[in-house]
Amino acid sequence: MSILVGTQTRLVVQGITGRDGGFHARQMKAYGTDVVAGVTPGKGGMKTEDGVPVFDSVAEAVAETGANTSVIYVPAPFAADAVCEAADAGIGLVVCISEGIPVRDMVRALPFARERGTRLVGPNSPGVISPGKAKVGIMPGEIHREGSIGVVSRSGTLTYEIVDHLSRAGFGQSTCIGIGGDPIVGTNLLDAMELFGADDGTEAVVLIGEIGGNDEELAAAMIRDGYPKKVAAFIAGRTAPPGKRMGHAGAIIAGGSGTAAEKIAAFEAVGVEVADTPAQIVDIVRRITG
Amino acid sequence: MKIHEYDARAIFTRYGLPVPPSRLVTEPKAAGEAAGELGCPVVVKAQVLVGGRGKAGGVKLASTPEEAKEKAAKILGMEIKGLVVEKVLVAKAVDIEHEFYAGMVFDRVSRRPMMMVSPSGGVDIEEVARTSPEKILKLPLNPEGGLMPFQVRRLTSFLTGDKAVAKQIGAALQGLYDAFMGVDASLAEINPLVLSPDGTVWAIDAKINIDDNGLYRHAEIAGLRDTVDEDPGETAARDAGLSFVKLDGSIGCIVNGAGLAMATMDMIKHYGAEPANFLDIGGSSNPDKVLAAMRIILRDTSVKAILINIFGGITRCDDVALGLIEAKKKLGLEIPLVVRLTGTNASEAREILSGTELIGADTMDEAVQSAIAAARR
Repeated sequence: MSILVGTQTRLVVQGITGRDGGFHARQMKAYGTDVVAGVTPGKGGMKTEDGVPVFDSVAEAVAETGANTSVIYVPAPFAADAVCEAADAGIGLVVCISEGIPVRDMVRALPFARERGTRLVGPNSPGVISPGKAKVGIMPGEIHREGSIGVVSRSGTLTYEIVDHLSRAGFGQSTCIGIGGDPIVGTNLLDAMELFGADDGTEAVVLIGEIGGNDEELAAAMIRDGYPKKVAAFIAGRTAPPGKRMGHAGAIIAGGSGTAAEKIAAFEAVGVEVADTPAQIVDIVRRITG
Repeated sequence: MKIHEYDARAIFTRYGLPVPPSRLVTEPKAAGEAAGELGCPVVVKAQVLVGGRGKAGGVKLASTPEEAKEKAAKILGMEIKGLVVEKVLVAKAVDIEHEFYAGMVFDRVSRRPMMMVSPSGGVDIEEVARTSPEKILKLPLNPEGGLMPFQVRRLTSFLTGDKAVAKQIGAALQGLYDAFMGVDASLAEINPLVLSPDGTVWAIDAKINIDDNGLYRHAEIAGLRDTVDEDPGETAARDAGLSFVKLDGSIGCIVNGAGLAMATMDMIKHYGAEPANFLDIGGSSNPDKVLAAMRIILRDTSVKAILINIFGGITRCDDVALGLIEAKKKLGLEIPLVVRLTGTNASEAREILSGTELIGADTMDEAVQSAIAAARR
């Protein structure tokens, strides 16, 4: 099985006529995702090279095609609005790839989406993939394999690095969720772990965290209080200096807290093994699923 | 982005906060003149982008213009946590009966803007959080509703029982909220917010950090960035659209993706060496970015080897390879360059690089160990 995206996904690509939107719409369709529509205000009526119909609004796209999932490749100044538009049109899952959205915009968009029953993944997310079923994002599909390991990560390419190791070792993935690198996200580590916890198709969870915030510590507490799946973790940023933003808006050790060391200690204290290098995740997964 | 106290005070003043008048000066003589204009006593405050200025002796009271001139002479040129003081703020002093703390951040757990107040102001709020957390009230707010009157009452009653004082503090908290949301702040603090013996309330310090993602819509605030104390590599990186943080080691790294870049730094340490930097070239495979990245790394003469670690998703490995060859030519590269390229068009990239002096590696572990060995030779 899988969570969030799968054979039931009918995808609308917001920003489909832009460079990134267009490129990734083709990639997702080629992977086998059911890309049913695109939206670019003002470009409604045309079709993409792959024959995907483009609409002026998400509401029109939903009415015509029954789209139930949206992926957003819209420039940062307009991305939060795109999230709200999708939620308002009745889209159940919005995956926001766009990076650089002001936090102020996100704190307004989140309750707006929640009130309409919409789940948001991201922003600044590489997306969600259920290997063999659907790809909603920018991840390279070919490194993924179908299987029973759930992967949740704050990162993009680090996730690919770890997924590549897992796939090569025969540990396929149920679903990989990139929750995004921003400080305030629609679906956090706890939310993702809850989803995996309830998924029959997920046997174990690999959690890829990094410095900044205390999401990992809260995840460790959730595991301590009783979590139905085995977990393996990797935390990036052991060598990050305090007070510096390490690329991701959310990756900063502030006021002495949010260090990798604290997160690693929190996981080890509840019996979760933390890998020293990405490759070592495979050894841990082998142990906990064996 | 950090901004100076004097810029934060100007923002707070714009939003109606009770900020005492002040003048920014760069010379002792001007400090004396400012003190004369404002009326003594004044406080002379070092303007550098670090905390703990008071403890370091960078904040001094002056009762006369002559004293202000002397204090300014002492503080200007002082080094505080590695930063040299080039400007001081001369501000009208207020008598202090009590110091409060008021601040706002975006809370990652509740995913809402959050206001925090404490009757224990004038000290490091993180210290208060550690030793007496019950002295801090944290209130998550709702952007749609703004700061609502019942919330203002909740916050002020935590600080004071005096109606007149509560009214002024309440107005200050409203101004703090409006300023925080209005300028796309990620942090806004008044520490301390003081009560004077005459019953008036003043914001005698101001700290605002701006959300980098919000700068595009505040051109005048973006212009306040002070790069004087910034590592020139970090300034150059920002201009080139890269993320760069200078560290102390000898293995330079160029990586696509912040998480992978951090993991690369960590792995260098894991295998016994020290990373020279963090550098994320992001998702684009633009050869100009690769060139810019190499240039920035090569400024650092302690770098003995460079490791390129690219996992191609959107990034095209062949573009990166071309960029590396171009860079090597343009910059006359003399130190070893280890290249690990995986993903989109990786085999094309390997072909392009074969027959060059660049050292190839298939896995991240191999690449890191290769770079460390090459640096030692």
